[in-house]
Formats: sequence, C-alpha cells, structure tokens
Amino acid sequence: MERVNSITKKIGEIYFTLLSPNEIRKMSATKVITADTYDEDGFPIAMGLMDPRMGVIEPGLRCKTCGQRVGKDKCPGHFGHIDLAMPVIHVGHVKTIRDCLRSTCRDCGHLLLNDKQRDDFIDQIGQYAIEGRNINYLYKEIITTARKSDTCPHCGREVGKIELDKPTSFRENGKKLTPTEVREWLEKIRDEDLPLLEINRKSARPEWMVLTVLPVPPVTVRPSVTLQSGERSEDDLTHKLVDVIRINQRLQENRDAGAPQLIVEDLWELLQYHITTYLDNQTSGIPPARHRSGRPLKTLAQRLKGKEGRFRSNLSGKRVNFSARTVISPDPNLSINEIGVPHRIAEELTVPVRVTVHNIEWCKELIIAKYAPSSLEKDYVAGVNYVIKNAEGVKRRIKITDKNAEMISESLEIGSIIERQLMEGDLALFNRQPSLHRMSMMAHRIKVVPGKTFKFNVCVCPPYNADFDGDEMNLHIIQGEEAKAEAEILMKVQENILSPRFGGAIIGGIHDIISGCFLLTNKERKVPVAIASYLLGAVGYKGDITVCDDERIGRYVMGRDIFSTLLPKDMNMRFKSKTYQSLDSEEAFVIIKNGRLLQGTIDENSVGAFKGNILDRIIRDHGMQAGREFIDNVTRLGIAVATMFGFTTSIDDEDIPEQARLKVAEGLDKAMEKIKNLVKAYEDKELESLPGRSLEETLEMEIMRVTGRARDMAGEIAGEHLGLENSAVIMAKSGARGSMLNLSQMSGCVGQQAVRGERIHRGYKYRTLPHFKKGDLGASAKGFVASCYKKGLNPTEYFFHSMGGREGLVDTAVRTSRSGYMQRRLINALEDVKVEYDGTVRQAGGQVIQFIYGEDGIDPTRSLNGKAVDVDRIIADIKEEA
Amino acid sequence: MATKKKTLEDITKHELVPEHIILSDKEKKDILKKYQLEQNQFPRILDTDPVCLHIGAKPGKILKITRKSHTANKAVSYRLVVESSK
Repeated sequence: MERVNSITKKIGEIYFTLLSPNEIRKMSATKVITADTYDEDGFPIAMGLMDPRMGVIEPGLRCKTCGQRVGKDKCPGHFGHIDLAMPVIHVGHVKTIRDCLRSTCRDCGHLLLNDKQRDDFIDQIGQYAIEGRNINYLYKEIITTARKSDTCPHCGREVGKIELDKPTSFRENGKKLTPTEVREWLEKIRDEDLPLLEINRKSARPEWMVLTVLPVPPVTVRPSVTLQSGERSEDDLTHKLVDVIRINQRLQENRDAGAPQLIVEDLWELLQYHITTYLDNQTSGIPPARHRSGRPLKTLAQRLKGKEGRFRSNLSGKRVNFSARTVISPDPNLSINEIGVPHRIAEELTVPVRVTVHNIEWCKELIIAKYAPSSLEKDYVAGVNYVIKNAEGVKRRIKITDKNAEMISESLEIGSIIERQLMEGDLALFNRQPSLHRMSMMAHRIKVVPGKTFKFNVCVCPPYNADFDGDEMNLHIIQGEEAKAEAEILMKVQENILSPRFGGAIIGGIHDIISGCFLLTNKERKVPVAIASYLLGAVGYKGDITVCDDERIGRYVMGRDIFSTLLPKDMNMRFKSKTYQSLDSEEAFVIIKNGRLLQGTIDENSVGAFKGNILDRIIRDHGMQAGREFIDNVTRLGIAVATMFGFTTSIDDEDIPEQARLKVAEGLDKAMEKIKNLVKAYEDKELESLPGRSLEETLEMEIMRVTGRARDMAGEIAGEHLGLENSAVIMAKSGARGSMLNLSQMSGCVGQQAVRGERIHRGYKYRTLPHFKKGDLGASAKGFVASCYKKGLNPTEYFFHSMGGREGLVDTAVRTSRSGYMQRRLINALEDVKVEYDGTVRQAGGQVIQFIYGEDGIDPTRSLNGKAVDVDRIIADIKEEA
Repeated sequence: MATKKKTLEDITKHELVPEHIILSDKEKKDILKKYQLEQNQFPRILDTDPVCLHIGAKPGKILKITRKSHTANKAVSYRLVVESSK
C-alpha cells in the first residue's frame, strides 16, 4: 500500500571505515563541555549532553540544527563531540594496534622488512586476491616475519619487545607506553606500508585507533525518560558520557595547572577506563561500570551483541501487527480448512479494504453496522476499527467509535481505506512453534466462535505437532490481495494434506475417529434406523440407503453402508486392514467395489494419517478438495459413532483372569530359572561364547534374550484374554492410540529395564542396589521388572524403572537441542536454493546445484514412494476394466 | 610397483568414477543456451582433478558427467573445467 511513495533499491556494497578526528569534528553539531543535562527549569543546557543541536526527543520541539521536529519531519539527530584532553586507546582496536607496533620501527616508522621481503609480500597479496584464497594467513605471516628482525633494516634501531597488557596498555621492553607515545608511533607508519598491515589508506590511518576526539551520539539514540514522579531518568549512554566529560575536565584542569605527573597519570587512566567501558562494558580485565542500583550499564557493545542485541532481536526478528495468540482447543465440527477465532480476537484484528465505486455503499453500512440496534440480537457483527483517509498525500487514521460512526460513514470517500474486523471466510495463517517444516504454518478460513480459544479440527494436530494440554498458537491475518491469493493456492490446509517428505497424507483420522470407524464397520455391525439417521445427519448425507429388516432388532442399516456414503462412486479397492493384519484369511481384507464397502473393517489403514489407503486414493483420484471433504466427513462420522455407541476405557480393561496371571507367573519363573542356569554356566566357565564376543558379553546377550522373550510370553498370554470386546484392545489394534506392547506391560509384565542398551549395572560396588548380594548377575538384581503396571512395581523394580525412564527423558532433551541447532545451520545454508522454472536447482547467484531437481525431476509430494508412476495401480485398473 | 601404476592410469575404469566426456565447442554452446547459464554459474572441476588429467580436459571445457543415481537410474550433469590456483 505504502509502496507508491518509496522506491526499492538494492545495496551493492557496504564499507566499514574508521572516523578520523577531523571527520568527527566536521560532522559534529556541537562541542560538549558541560557534564550536565538540564538546568533547574528543565531546559537543556547549551553545550551540555542534551543540547538541542544534537536533536530533540520531546514531540513539538524543533531541532536547532535542522529545524525539524521529532514526529513528522523526523529529525534523525546529530552527532556532537568531546575533545579529549589526552589521547585514549580504543579498546576495539587494541589487537590491530599491537600488530602495527610490533611490525614497525619506532624511529623511522618503516615496516621491519627488507625491500626484497616487502616486494615479495606485495606480490603475494596480489596473487592471493586473484586466486580467491583466504588472505588472513598471509597477513599473519607478514607480522610474524616482521617481528623476527632484531634491528630495523632501514635505520638500524634495535627493535623492542611489544607487549599488550589487557585491556588497553602497551609496554615496550617492559616500559609502559602512554597513549600519546603510541599515537606518535602510529603516525610515523608510512602510507605505502599500510596495505601490508591489512589497512586500507582510503578508509583509515593507524593513529585514528587512538582517540583524540570522542563522538557523542545524538540525543535520539539515548533518550531520557520522565518518570511519573516528574523525575528524569537518563539513558545508560548519557550516564557514561557524563563520567567521561567530568574526568576529561579534571584532567585538563590538573594538567594545565601543572599538577604532579602522578595525579595526571591517574586521571588519564581513569579517563581510559571510562571510555573503554563506554564502548564495551564487558571488557575482560576491568570491572564493569555500574548503575547506582548495582546493575551493570548497557553501553554501546551491549546494545548490539547477542540474542537480545540489535541484530538478532530487532533486525533478524521483528514483532508483527495483525496477529493473535491464545490457547488452542479441538472442535470436530469444523472443517480442517477452518479455524475458530474468538469474538474478542475477531473484533481486534482487521483486514484493510480500499473503498471503491463498487463497494462504497457496503463500506458505509459496515462502519455503522456495529452500532445499529439490530446488531444486539446477533452473536457477532463485523465492524470497522479505523478509516484511513488520504488527504493531499497525508494519511490520517481515524478510530471509529459509537459517537463518530454515523458521521464518518456519511463522509466516506472513494480512495480511503477501511480496516474492517474479521468476517467469516477471511484467510489467516496459523502457526505453532517450533516451526520445523512448512506444515507448521498453514492458511485457514476464519470462523468466528464464542469462547476464548482458537479451535480447529483434531486431524490438523499432527502437522503442527499440537495437543490440547495448554498449547498456544499464533494467528496472522493476511493483509493484501496478492498474499491472499498466494496463501489460498499454496498454504491452505487442504493443499498440505500430502507431505513433501514421503508423498503420503499427514492429515487424516486419528484417535476417536478411527475408533468410531472401527465400531461402525467391524463384525457386520447393524445400526438401528434411529441411530443410523443421526449418523447420516452428522455427515449431511441426503441420498438413498439400504434399510434391512430383522425380527429381533427391527429395521436396521448396515454400518458399512453408512460408511460407504462417504466414498466416491467409482472407487474399487482391496487391502488388508490393520486390525486383522496378522490374519491370513479373506476377512482380513477391506474390499470396496464401485464406492461400496462390501467387507472389512475400517481402521487406521483406511482413514488414518500416514497410511490411510482410502484417504490416499481419494486424494490421488479426486483431488485435494475431495480429500478434504472426506477427512471432514470421517471426523464427523467417527465422533458421532463414538458418541452414539459409547466408547470408554478404564482400569479393568487391563484385568486378566486368575489362571492367566498364574500362567504368566509360571512363565516368568521358568525364565528366571533359565537365567539362573546361564549365570551358573558362566560361573562354572561352561558357557560357550558367541563369535566375536567375550564371555561376559555372551552372558548379557543371552540374558537379554531370555528376558525379552519372557516379556513377549507374558504379553501373549495377556493378549489371549484381551479380545476385541475390550476398548483398550480396540484402540491398540485399530491404530487409534496405544499399542499391544503398552497393554501387555499393563497386564502382563513390564520387562527388562535398560540404560544405554544394557541391563542396569551401575550403582554400588559390584551391585546395583544394596538389596542384592555383591556380584549378583540374576534377573531382578539387574533391572528385570517382573510385575505389571496394574499390579504395581516393588521398590527395587520401581527404582530400575525410573533409571530407564530417566534415560529416555535425557535423550529427548539432548536430541531436541542438538537437532535444533543442526536444523538452524542447514536452513541458513540452504535458504536461497530453489527450483527454477526450467527444473534446475540453483543458488541465489544462479549457480547450478542440480541440473534436474533430485536428478529425476520428481516432486516427492506427488510421487508414490519416490516413483513418478504407480505401475501396479495402472495394471490393477486395466484388469478391473477388462 | 608396475601393476600399481597401471591401475592408477585406469581410473576411469573404476566403478566409482562416473563417465566424463569433454563436450565439443558446439555442444558447449548448446548447453549454455539450453540452461541460459553464464560460465561462472556452472559447477566447477579443477584441471588438476585426476579425471581431468587423465582425459586431458583443459580449462574452459565443459565435461558431461553421467552418474548412477538413486532416484533416476542415470543422472547427467555438467562441470566447467577451471584452472587450479597452484
């Protein structure tokens, strides 16, 4: 919108140079000599730190240098300067100063190289530049070579040993060099020698690294704030500058009065300290300057450095308008494309609409809509928050209130922009951190809902990796038409159902939706007409359905016929269901003919994310729109079924009969016996070692195998008594939640606990816990948990279980931080690699990385396991036709 | 020693060394036009690369390289021969 008045330009180059004392004086608006800021009347003191010639901060006041105000005309502020009584070393340049001193002669200023060496190095610098090699090594070599000579090859002066006393003082042969002496020395270095010292004559002279004038930043850089009490509070930089000016003044007075050398030197050092901390308050070797409260001052370097510094906090990362954040909660009645936005948020966020001939009436009505009496009857009415009038190039923003709404509505002109509140159907970007892949930020259609949380369809949880245990998410309202079009085509949830990672759906039925489909289709489920009509109503089905009659239960509808209403009419499929995966008979298959489910149980393998065959097929054959509708309907149907039929799990789902428990105990006893025998065989040295393993390793492996088998055995026995009438088993087998392993741990036996893939062995000397004998290699002494969760663990078992559990926690913590950093580096390295229209993969400069994307030019999102064509599918289809 | 030297001379026969072909000037022009590329946008290969030394590729020439690929069975790519700094 604002683009009309500004021209975008590209930055070609940026140079960083040193400021010469002359430049500092030239750009200075005033000399600063008074350490005070304001007089008693609250006016800034002339030639003080708040001199209005350096810019103004109060709105309305005019800058004395440029005559502009702070608000509209934007006086950028102007630098001032402090003339230092004695020169001071700049902390940021000490290393360069040291190198300059070390490689030049104090008397004649020549580089400590003979002519031949010098010419050689100049040649090499040219050579390095042509070859594009890292020139830093060469500069280091120049300095080390120069340091080697004992006398100056030009004037014969003996070369002293230069040492840097951190942070800012230099010694020659142990004698201290004053900044004045350093500066004099640096002045002697000839311009011709500078390129060899990595200094560009155009940008700097070495003596400028010793300060004689200190620039004072504009007032706008260090604004003072007025507290409620009327007291003024100055910026940290101003505080520091006050110190500098005070000491500078005392130094000047003392020196001019001919004070003893000792006093002058003390003051000089104090000045050096203040200027050093002014530049960087975290210089090692000196105590940081502190505020009266004891807080270290935030000086120049601190403003820029680190995560909270200008670069990372304000330039790389910015805060945005038109966004909202709140807790999320589920709503199965919303489409996966939608998002429920609370009233309060919808009234705050706006979309800009330009007023044109075509929509002016609509806009006028919108402005008053909120304050019309009829709006009271409705839950939510979108209104207008601001009108932006464009009068003679000046933008005016007017807030709409109940008082001025009528008036503004009438005087609305074409060309103004109204900022209207959210309406149903607006597009917004929805995001959850950490944003690890592109599906972490998708476009949703807004639906205004009561309540205070964002609501969305549970099927969209996996791409965001969200759950509802208190997660918060962010919403960004799209502000422009181009952005809207782009989001619509590329970012809508329905366009992101297929993952670019493997070409399968990552949005699909989860949890109760799968349980519901299972209940509806498993075992010839017959649904009474009353319930069936409710279910069909939930998915909005309006067609015909076969109703059967039965003497016992009355009129009913087959569950699978209800599910069939969601399928496209041309669908033909045959695949194995997840529930009966291990079964080898015909009933393990799901068979769909002409869009009718003839047989089989619908579960995760049909409608689930990642492996839903039906879902996959619908998206492939009928497109994203159909896929989205299918997911929406499956959500509604699944939830409706679960609510109508009832579905619950409780602790007695893990109950197994007494004799089964005895069987488990018996099996465990046998395993214990086996382990005892193994240990005995080991102790008697009768154990035969496996190839490539020591005796100890063999024993461990054998025991691990036995304990593993023991747990499986317990699981099997428990599984025999946990049938498909058990809700927990339904969830595990249909893929809704949990696994059979979880169940067998709850009702059979928890099994061996391990740390780093081995049985638990750390703890006391020769044993894990004092409850065991030293050297005990038995099962329970090394972390085998024979109990199940239902029965409960005994104290030693609980301890071992905690050890294994802790390892898991540590692992996840370590993994996330490490993979996070790796991802950051990868993203930075690959950020502007893209696929061009000709199919090549190129970097920002157009350099080719791959001549065809992925060497085969296939978009994995649209592929089938990486293959562009699904040959099996084509053959199956042709067979079907024949 | 003699046998060892012989294997070194045959590096292009090694299964891990893909096929390198020097393009003629006409072919080079066609490639540049096909991809609308400047010379410096090509992937590079040093003239001191063992393969370049073996087939006698001089700086400025473009090599056509046919590699085995996981995704496509054969992948063709091009590299510009450049002078090494030493």
